[in-house]
Amino acid sequence: MDMTIAGVTKTYDSARGSKIALTETSFVIGQGEFVSIVGPSGCGKSTLLMMMAGLLPVSSGSIHLGDTRITGPAEGLSVVFQEYGRSLFPWMTVEKNLAMAVVADKLSKAVLAERITRALHSVGLEGSEKLYPWQMSGGMQQRVAIARAVVAEPKVLLMDEPFAAVDAQTRADLEDLVLRIRDEYKVTIALVTHDIDESVYLGDRVLVLGANPGRVIADIPVDLPSPREQVETKRLPAFADLRSDVFQLVMRPKAPAHASGTVAP
Amino acid sequence: MAELAQTLNPAVAAPEVAPAVAALTSRPTLSAGRMLRRFASRAWLLVALLIVWEVIARLSPTVFFPPFTVVIGQFASDWFTPDPTTFFLSENFYNAVPISLWRLARGWGLAVILGVSIGFLLGRSPVVRLLYSPIIRFWMSVPNAALLPIAIQFFGVSEAVTIFLICFGSMWLIAINTADGVSGVDQDWLRTARSLHLPRRTLYTRVILPAASPHILAGLRISVGFALILMIVAELYATTAGLGHDVALYQQTFRYKQMWSAFVLIALLGIGINVAFDLVETRLLRWQRRAGLASL
Repeated sequence: MDMTIAGVTKTYDSARGSKIALTETSFVIGQGEFVSIVGPSGCGKSTLLMMMAGLLPVSSGSIHLGDTRITGPAEGLSVVFQEYGRSLFPWMTVEKNLAMAVVADKLSKAVLAERITRALHSVGLEGSEKLYPWQMSGGMQQRVAIARAVVAEPKVLLMDEPFAAVDAQTRADLEDLVLRIRDEYKVTIALVTHDIDESVYLGDRVLVLGANPGRVIADIPVDLPSPREQVETKRLPAFADLRSDVFQLVMRPKAPAHASGTVAP
Repeated sequence: MAELAQTLNPAVAAPEVAPAVAALTSRPTLSAGRMLRRFASRAWLLVALLIVWEVIARLSPTVFFPPFTVVIGQFASDWFTPDPTTFFLSENFYNAVPISLWRLARGWGLAVILGVSIGFLLGRSPVVRLLYSPIIRFWMSVPNAALLPIAIQFFGVSEAVTIFLICFGSMWLIAINTADGVSGVDQDWLRTARSLHLPRRTLYTRVILPAASPHILAGLRISVGFALILMIVAELYATTAGLGHDVALYQQTFRYKQMWSAFVLIALLGIGINVAFDLVETRLLRWQRRAGLASL
């Protein structure tokens, strides 16, 4: 099931006039693709993701998941937010937090238990069902948030700078975790990040956004071998080239790009 | 190179995480000895005040202010007996206390139900809150005792009068605290709830209510103290039994030693209710302190 973003803009109106957060944006995410969305602050990348999630209305244009138009939080979409502390409910155990994701589906006890076990296993937190979020470290809490996102077995997983609030070592583990999740659940992923290395390492494709006004300035295919590996993949010259291209586009939008991948003017 | 890569990048994080998960599930316990020592270190002020009471009452004797030791003696003879079958509690005790506590329970219980419901509605809708805030503040400012004649007019001289007074006097405080709690629920939690497309009922009972519970429980804790006072006041008139009734009776028949002993009993009841409340609140709000959200 493809996700189609067509002519989407976001404008905030106030007494002082309107502010354009995102100008006309169109792209398609194919089934099973991993798209990294990267850009400087203020480029509208989180705004774009929130609109894709149905949590923010579009000012114009439309977003479709398959044939269904997204007008609000939709079935088949799951979101992982940056601040895990405010995203998990601290008065509930891990198990109950995960169960929240499928309350509307009215699953039987057996099916629910099986889904929870599978989700926790895929994030490496077996046995943590009865723990509370505040008993766990930041990295573990973000894993629980990811487990909650996959327990509903979504078609598309949207992640808004999910690793911005964890330390670098944990981040590397979590990046690999997301790749494993993609393989196991066969889910399409759109991940917003400000970390350029991460965007190239994880993505099949990198959408580079620019600021003032927010817009897509490049859509770069990532031609690196799978499975990705923290040391081996980052050692490849192709990785360095891609990384530099994206870096230039993000940090110095007017500078010419290296000859690899398409650049939209 | 490939082998090196394999040893550097463990396949699954589970072996490292499992022991960490196991370690988190054990919990420390508080020993009785430690609790007693803590109590003793805080009780010295109380002991000092009791000594002051005794000294002042002995120095300037007056029938209206008996010394502490005399009051304690009266207390023991009023409310206790050597009979183990009644848990060592006297007939006086059973005539007055259960009836008062039952009135308190009904009045305050009703206040909780009405107060939380009204507070919830107010908290969810800013418009409703604006409209009804002045009305609520008005009823909160009216002295409860002034409502007594109106209550008697409506309910006749009956149990309903005391229950109404207790309920009416405490429910507005509960409503306001509940409204504050509900309207102040963290936006991030609400956004998460939206992204999980929770059904309405689940949103209210499993997200908003727990998120607002620190405020709600604070309102409940304060209001139960109010309710106790209201219970006594309501029992001063138009009742035939109960602690408040006893206090009024002793006062009118000049039995000041018994009056003071009733005061001590009422105070102990208040302390007991507070302690019980603290224990419940501590357990229910464990998540708030431990998640570092206690300052919110």
